Amino acid sequence: MSVDTLHHSSHAEAHDHDHEHHEELHWIRQYVFSEDHKVIAKQFLIAGIFWALIGGCFSLLFRLQLGFPDANMDWLKPILGGWIKEGKIDPEFYLALVTMHGTIMVFFVLTAGLSGTFSNFLIPLQIGARDMASGFLNMLSFWFFFISSMLMLFSLFTSTGPAAGGWTVYPPLSALPQAISGSGSGMTLWLLSMAIFIVSSLLGSLNYVTTVINLRTVGMTFLRLPLTIWAFLITAIIGILSFPVLFSAALLLIFDRSFGTSFFLSELYVGGEALAHSGGSPVLFQHLFWFLGHPEVYIVLLPALGITSEIIATNSRKPIFGYRAMIGSILAIAFLSFIVWAHHMFVTGMNPFLGSIFMLLTLIIAVPSAVKAFNYIATLWRGNIVFTPAMLFSIGLVSFFISGGLTGIILGNSAADIQLHDTYFVVAHFHIVMGSASFFGMVAGVYHWFPKMFGRMLDEKLGYVHFWLTFIGAYCVFFPMHYIGIAGFPRRYYSFTGFDAFQSFADLNHFISIAAIVTVSAQLIFLFNFFFSIFKGRRAPQNPWKSNTLEWTTPINPGHGNWPGAIPHVYRWAYDYSKPGAKDDFIPQNIPYSQTPESNLPGEKDDPELK
Amino acid sequence: MTSLLLVTAGILVLLILLLVFRVHTLVTVMRGKEVGKIGLSNKINAAGMPIVFALGLIGFYCTYQAAKPHFLPDAASEHGVKTDFMFWFTMALLVIAFVITNTMLFWFPYKYQHSEKRKAFFYPDNHKLEIVWTIIPAVVMTGLVFYGLKEWNYITTFPAENECEVIEVMGKQFAWQVRYPGKDNKLGRYKFKAIDATNEFGIDFTDSASFDDFVPRELHLPKGKKVLLRIRARDVIHSVFLPHFRVKMDAVPGMPTRFWFVPTKSTEEMRDITGNPKFNYELACTEICGRGHFAMRFLVVVDEPEDYEAWKASQNRWSEDNADYVKTLVPSFKALKDTAVVATTDSSMVAVPADSANAVGKKDSVKADTKKDAPKAAPAKGKNKGGKKS
Repeated sequence: MSVDTLHHSSHAEAHDHDHEHHEELHWIRQYVFSEDHKVIAKQFLIAGIFWALIGGCFSLLFRLQLGFPDANMDWLKPILGGWIKEGKIDPEFYLALVTMHGTIMVFFVLTAGLSGTFSNFLIPLQIGARDMASGFLNMLSFWFFFISSMLMLFSLFTSTGPAAGGWTVYPPLSALPQAISGSGSGMTLWLLSMAIFIVSSLLGSLNYVTTVINLRTVGMTFLRLPLTIWAFLITAIIGILSFPVLFSAALLLIFDRSFGTSFFLSELYVGGEALAHSGGSPVLFQHLFWFLGHPEVYIVLLPALGITSEIIATNSRKPIFGYRAMIGSILAIAFLSFIVWAHHMFVTGMNPFLGSIFMLLTLIIAVPSAVKAFNYIATLWRGNIVFTPAMLFSIGLVSFFISGGLTGIILGNSAADIQLHDTYFVVAHFHIVMGSASFFGMVAGVYHWFPKMFGRMLDEKLGYVHFWLTFIGAYCVFFPMHYIGIAGFPRRYYSFTGFDAFQSFADLNHFISIAAIVTVSAQLIFLFNFFFSIFKGRRAPQNPWKSNTLEWTTPINPGHGNWPGAIPHVYRWAYDYSKPGAKDDFIPQNIPYSQTPESNLPGEKDDPELK
Repeated sequence: MTSLLLVTAGILVLLILLLVFRVHTLVTVMRGKEVGKIGLSNKINAAGMPIVFALGLIGFYCTYQAAKPHFLPDAASEHGVKTDFMFWFTMALLVIAFVITNTMLFWFPYKYQHSEKRKAFFYPDNHKLEIVWTIIPAVVMTGLVFYGLKEWNYITTFPAENECEVIEVMGKQFAWQVRYPGKDNKLGRYKFKAIDATNEFGIDFTDSASFDDFVPRELHLPKGKKVLLRIRARDVIHSVFLPHFRVKMDAVPGMPTRFWFVPTKSTEEMRDITGNPKFNYELACTEICGRGHFAMRFLVVVDEPEDYEAWKASQNRWSEDNADYVKTLVPSFKALKDTAVVATTDSSMVAVPADSANAVGKKDSVKADTKKDAPKAAPAKGKNKGGKKS
């Protein structure tokens, strides 16, 4: 990737090739193996975009099969080769596409691409630090992710195909190559890749937590942190506590596959022979997997919610409503996320008593989520709203969050889940609440912080078109899936022609596939905008969104160490927008109260040592 | 040819985007507009919010009406009727919440769009409001929890086995198989090590309860009677899904599961209700299990109780149809067709343990020989019903 050229061009006018004005860092140390959090953030962003394209293309491929089941797919032979047999996508490869789509989107795009980009980019800038606590570990975090990406990419090209047991890779299917060919070398590479991915994630999370706790600038108390930082901090803590459990599940699965153990395997008769494994439980894997799997969806969602808080407040020119309630709900969601995992397992055959407990806890988690949604809406109320593309995507996120979150209430009810588990109702639910919402958060973040990342502005008209097409398109793709799920259509079905019960909705599947093609194509507008604006975008002003947070006090193209002189001190919270009596409709965090006597509320004065 | 067209189209789109971008930048520069000045675009985006939302609501309503006829027919089981009601009741609550919140979400941006004449209202918090809108969802959630628990407890409290028709359903790559207990109402034990090409279930013929089990090609269920499915799988996780009955339970290798329900509508009745004379209930797999996951269909028939008994009586025993095979396992086995005594429906001809109250004076050869020749019975496994050993 040419991260080097990104920086190179933006500096081109100001500097010549000799880099006389820079520190004497070799370009490899400056742009490739960099310890600067801003460079690492952009590396994560480019990687995330790359993986999003692949994951998106996979979804188009299997949507072609679902929407046009009779079509001849031979035209895909140049790309897919032997996976197209007699004009159709091979059913095992179809499952591999579904599996890799899920794995790529959840882990590589929405965890690494979202947290990796924005936690890295914003934490030091918004808390007032020169860089992360350990630039070296931060660099390792990206390059471990890079290795993990390479392994996952290689797995796509093995002759037996990539992992194909669903992104949830339940054994015994994922443990037995004789059960599905993707469980051969493709699954081995999947497990190795995920193990290294988890290492990368842990390195990053440890850094984020340490940095937020230790490196805040003078005056930046916890209760003055922007909500983005709260979200990134709590997300990192969730990750530290939950990813190791997936690591253990993956490790035990590696042992079952390659070293003859039976953690998850028992009483198997496959390929004409009874296997020697005995005593294991497939349900154990599910517990271990979902112990990460559920917090994972909050790892995916919370950063997006934090970004949305920031963008909605800034563009409504109003404080985020209920700052402390927002923090409280982030903490409540984080805590509860650890004790609801088995709502993914209501019909696994586990003890029904567990079903009762997990239903209770799951429905409780709806409460802090609802509070967040209400607070966003209250922030909009009586605001003075500017529709930047970031703002549009943030409002879209709230809409997806509400729609998808509501259907979660039905799925969390174990008795109702009996009919809906493993149907398209679930697919609709998580694509709306996690996929679309977090994706919108990621894109909103890019639109909002692009000026800070690259010193230039994204084109806003293209942004508007991108938003409306994607927003309407995403609803067109995922909303109809609720109907298909209510009608009982199971997930991960190659085709529905085998059952009388699933003969309806052919037209709807057709429509969904077309909507998906349009929506994915609309992302090309964003890609064009993104890459073109890096080089030819209008130059950004100091504070294009008139925002209060500290990152806008750095130079337009911040260098190493972020602030050329001293790091600003912080005197107030991040949400003094449209304060009565104030000169402007915003007061940045680094403006002391002593300078704004006309707008100070009773009791607001500078911390004693900061006079 | 198609690829050439696609590539050309792609390039054209790219060029158009480039031109739009350049023209827009040039126009902005020429007009001398400041960056970020809020103008017509803001108004258009603001108006778009309620308009698109209204169109979306209309779309929601219309698509729902269009989709409704294609949903599954009303539940054909006792618990299914209850869970369906709970589903729609909850959905109604959710749709109300959806409409209220999203209306505000899409109306406020329009109403409070940027205006030079206004300033936003500095309103950082309202603790009372926070408490109110925390408590209301909490109360609603609690209500839903108790409602759901009631249904869940009903479904997961199993009746005694002797009140149910017990049927074994086994999943494998890529078909279902079902086994009935036969006249003794006891399913014979199974061992996975006994599975082979003939004995797909791994039926253990050292258990005398196995001899009258039968393996039909359709799953027949009695209307109005409790049915208990004993569910297992022998290679990977499958899942038994009977959509019309609202039944779902994973089939896990090494860990048998079960689900009970009461079918309430016979196949004939459903054919009347749906107006489809070819209607049939179906069993589908609903846990990803490999390349044939989408093709694991098993026919399900609900009979009136008399027809059900008649159907059961007409089924051949598996040991009968595979007598030669069973002989290789149990050499002293004599198929009914080979014995002088003709099989009748009279229960006294059924093989029973010699010490049971039902034993008749005339022992049939099957039972006597198995007593002498049977190998030491394997220790009863916890998951088995633990039938009496002969």
